[in-house]
Amino acid sequence: MPVMTYRDALRSAMAEEMERDETVVLMGEDIGIYGGTHLVTNGLIDQFGPRRVIDTPIAEGGFTGAAIGMAMAGLKPIVEMMTWNFSFLAADQIIQNAAKLRYFSGGQVNVPLVIRGPNGGGVQLSAQHTHSLEGFYGHFPGLKVVSPATPADVKGMMLHAIRDPDPVIFLEAGALYGTKGEVPEGDDEVEFGKARIAREGKDVTLISYGRQVPMLLKVADQLAEQDIDAEVVDLRSIRPFDAATIVESVRKTHRAVVVQEQWRLFSVASEVCAVIQEQAFDDLDAPVERVSGAEVPAPYARNLEVAAFPSVEQVVSAARRVLYLEA
Amino acid sequence: MAEVIMPKMGDAMEEGTLLKWLKAVGDEVSEGDALAEIETDKVTLELEAQEDGFLTNTLVDEGAVVPIGEPVATIGAQDEIGKGAPAKKAPAAAETAVEEVEKAAEANAPTEQPMAAPSAAEKAEAQVVDRKPGERVRASPLVKRLAEEHGIDLSQVAGTGPGGRIINADIQPYVSGEKQAPQPTAAAQPAVAPTTTPSTGTPKGEKVDMPKIKRTTGKRMTESKLGIPHYYVTASIDMGASLDFRKQINASLEETGIRVSVNDLIVKAAALALRDHPNVNRTFVDGELYQQDAIDVNIAIAMDGGLIAPFVPAADEKSLGSIAKMTKDLGKRAREGGLTPEEYQGGTFTISNLGMFDVDEFIAVINPPQVAILAIGSVVETPVVKNGEIAVGHLMKVTLSADHRALDGAEVATFLQSVRKYLENPMLLAIG
Repeated sequence: MPVMTYRDALRSAMAEEMERDETVVLMGEDIGIYGGTHLVTNGLIDQFGPRRVIDTPIAEGGFTGAAIGMAMAGLKPIVEMMTWNFSFLAADQIIQNAAKLRYFSGGQVNVPLVIRGPNGGGVQLSAQHTHSLEGFYGHFPGLKVVSPATPADVKGMMLHAIRDPDPVIFLEAGALYGTKGEVPEGDDEVEFGKARIAREGKDVTLISYGRQVPMLLKVADQLAEQDIDAEVVDLRSIRPFDAATIVESVRKTHRAVVVQEQWRLFSVASEVCAVIQEQAFDDLDAPVERVSGAEVPAPYARNLEVAAFPSVEQVVSAARRVLYLEA
Repeated sequence: MAEVIMPKMGDAMEEGTLLKWLKAVGDEVSEGDALAEIETDKVTLELEAQEDGFLTNTLVDEGAVVPIGEPVATIGAQDEIGKGAPAKKAPAAAETAVEEVEKAAEANAPTEQPMAAPSAAEKAEAQVVDRKPGERVRASPLVKRLAEEHGIDLSQVAGTGPGGRIINADIQPYVSGEKQAPQPTAAAQPAVAPTTTPSTGTPKGEKVDMPKIKRTTGKRMTESKLGIPHYYVTASIDMGASLDFRKQINASLEETGIRVSVNDLIVKAAALALRDHPNVNRTFVDGELYQQDAIDVNIAIAMDGGLIAPFVPAADEKSLGSIAKMTKDLGKRAREGGLTPEEYQGGTFTISNLGMFDVDEFIAVINPPQVAILAIGSVVETPVVKNGEIAVGHLMKVTLSADHRALDGAEVATFLQSVRKYLENPMLLAIG
């Protein structure tokens, strides 16, 4: 299998699908001539021309609304949010229109729209440019929300997202754009609602998605040195939510640690904990632990930013606590 | 590594509570250093190190009740800190073969015995703790499920999790069968705290060896008496007709060598009364009543050092002759220790008879999961009034102890009327 970066895998999914399906168009700020602020769309304007790779004004509400209309009319737009932080300006369009049009129209109209961009922090962009919005968007029925962690998944899930008949919130792990991994050749779609076992283990289940997944693999390696066999579950898909894989893993290990960069309250980790106690209560040997971002706006200073996000050490300690070992 | 054990600080001491660790794992210790605070029945004192070295492991948590002689910590070299904590002691039961007779007591211990605190040895084998009656058992959901699936009594399992929570690691030795599991008590009653040491001024006396059967009988009877709402109904039965009847039968059976005892008549009478009153022929388990179809009547038999109660299966269907043959054989083999478990594990109603010892009456402790036990006094010649005239009656007082969760007073009273009917009209015993 070819090895490519997360960024290139993402681009190749869009380019391949644009080759196959001429209704697929790209929209966003500086995605054409400039090649995209994060170079995700680099070169695509040369390949597909300005009618399909559309540079927009700096007006998220406007171009997102336009894309919703284009989707209703039969196109399959992929809208880039330069970062997901700017989607707050488009939230009214996303939540009030994209998520609800199929419902309002009794299924007569659907919105095959993908909105994509980097999510989360870790690259010193400070408070206004550092948000993890999976819990926020995961809250709304009518949206599908995914957060892939590997080059293979980002490609396969983008293929699925473009083909999905409903609006998809595609949360890329911005900090992982340069990471490399094997990516299957060809049309290898990854369906939504299926978590991935990133590492098998029997002693404790570590659950996350997106940027935290590579960190959990490091945690698992450290735990292995302490004779603790950790299983790592990569949720991949936030909505639809794969409760079955989580429950199956916890039934095996009897304990879990949920890790997320976002804030702790009303978060994806809260939902994972709820599902575990609902469906695996009798299999739990310890309360489920959450490791989350600090309850502050994200700091700019590097040392503070690092301190505000979950670390390998914190997760190792949490894993030891649920095993009743000294943390 | 050297073990630090719970010391015996007095003759009556069987266990001590580890109140507080004064040293932590990894601390350097010298002979005479205080390692922990321990509490006996009477005093709080310090547990001292017996050698120099490092505290390499602590084996019990603060608050744990530890039988004397059991290790609580280890002292060793610096590089042994935290390593090679000796496995918790293998259960004593796994080392000593459990004798049939002990199992007998476990399975079917009848009647009244003074309670026995569980011995130190018993505690060690089960890693048990004494929780106060009614004290909530903290256990993880997984542990609760496993305990139910494997029939493990969590009230006796020590928890090493936060706040004494019982966690998977605490219960795994029982689940895997590595250790013998503490069984739930029949009536699911809280474990009973040992009786307290007599207050000062009580003569000390020499400790008497208690056979295990006595300890287990005592434990079961304590659980029964504390856990079951007993009440008692006494009736006098005129045994005159039964005694005559017995004489006749035994005269006619002389050639066969079979002799029917008064107790055999009572067994048959009780069995027929149970057939008339199936509500007494029930068991009570985990808050539920179960109807028993077979009428299997246990008879309490005193042996050297303990009691056992084998049963006569389907006693209502057996003739007096076969009941007599069977009880004689059971009694003989019980005293020789030759009963098989099938003969004493089970039964639906128990009769305890002290009539041969010239007692007027007594009350017995229910043999769980049964709901009633009949205590038989001696037959006493007594003036009775019959048809307006005083005559000599042969009165026998019987007392039924009943579980009020299963039976009400009127139910017990009508059952006793039925027993009386059979014993005062013994021809019914021959044809029933």
